[in-house]
Amino acid sequence: MAQDQALFEYLLRLGDNTLVLGHRVSEWCGHSPVLEEDIALANTALDLIGQTQLWLGLAGEVEGKGRDADTLAMLRDIWDFRNLLLVELPNGDFGQTLMRQFLFDAWQSINLGRLMNSTDPRIAEIAAKASKEAAYHVERSGDTVVGLGDGTDESHARMQKALDYLWPYVGEMFLSDDVDATLVKAGIAPDPASLRDDYDALIGRVMDSATLTIPDSRFTHKGGKTGKTHTEHLGHVLTSMQWLQRAYPGASW
Amino acid sequence: MRPSVKQIWQWLDDVPDPEIPVISLVDLGIIRGVEWRGDTLEVAVTPTYSGCPATSIINLDIETALRGHGIDKLEIKRQLSPPWTTDWLSDTGREKLQKYGIAPPTAAGGPAACPNCGSANLNKVSQFGSTPCKAAWRCNDCLEPFDYFKCI
Ligand SMILES: [Zn+2]
Repeated sequence: MAQDQALFEYLLRLGDNTLVLGHRVSEWCGHSPVLEEDIALANTALDLIGQTQLWLGLAGEVEGKGRDADTLAMLRDIWDFRNLLLVELPNGDFGQTLMRQFLFDAWQSINLGRLMNSTDPRIAEIAAKASKEAAYHVERSGDTVVGLGDGTDESHARMQKALDYLWPYVGEMFLSDDVDATLVKAGIAPDPASLRDDYDALIGRVMDSATLTIPDSRFTHKGGKTGKTHTEHLGHVLTSMQWLQRAYPGASW
Repeated sequence: MRPSVKQIWQWLDDVPDPEIPVISLVDLGIIRGVEWRGDTLEVAVTPTYSGCPATSIINLDIETALRGHGIDKLEIKRQLSPPWTTDWLSDTGREKLQKYGIAPPTAAGGPAACPNCGSANLNKVSQFGSTPCKAAWRCNDCLEPFDYFKCI
């Protein structure tokens, strides 16, 4: 695979992860259980959307067809999205949202740490910026998972249910294909499988404090990062996210 | 005659941060370079947080201020690297924050004292606050809630 094409695909994966999760998290705005959590979720979403602008901006530059971050975010259809299935799953209750956030933040913080050593300086500098934010996110989502997991019987049961539901989507983070292989060879990105040990160690530590049990199976749903099979949920996300630009092309304010 | 770089830094030090107007953009440490390239002035600005919604307003404020001083050839560049850190907040910036009621960042990762009564008996309400750069804390002695400028 040509390196520039692989790089474009890879940047879409990074940018679509933060875009779709940022949109999901923003759905909580005005609906959280308490004001502080509402503000925290909105700020998390804001960081994710900011990172999206950087990743998709660079993707557009690499592609060289004049598409900017907004065009890539608002005018692609489902089959062109490259995010992990995990991030497009519905929010569920507050606990499920924070569990999804933690499972993502843990991977994101490890991956960004590796990307800081990318041979592509444009990627390294975005990763250096984003990893500071990701470190802050994972601290918060991890604390919340512990607080709710090791909380009341009700919150514990809900967090265990959330983990059981989301776990079969975790494995996709560590799968690789031609895109990854091409970039690994050029020293641009880490081999996804090489992140698994650090991830398992971090997740294990937190779930332990949270008194939650990680499911035994490593079965994973896949097809998000390759774009082959998204869930039906992504269509609903895009319908609400892209509606304005589709109904009123070129609208701005 | 084109104004000196030193003069331009002084002008930029008069431009308030749009979200925390008691400190200037220079105090905040986000102006990373001021340089003449021929007859064009280049100002390098780094974002505090990648999603900070104030970024475009900040660029607009810089442009408005410098145009007001007669600079018409101006280029504002986004500089990501090295990423912004609260270590770049100036000492005067820290003092101004404290007086305004926002506890300045510390390496320990939490406020040193309540900006209202000076007590060190504090507790964290939330890791996030009213803007991306702040967290919400409360003083256990005077019971006042206050903003803490997050350390990153
Ligand atoms: Zn006090």
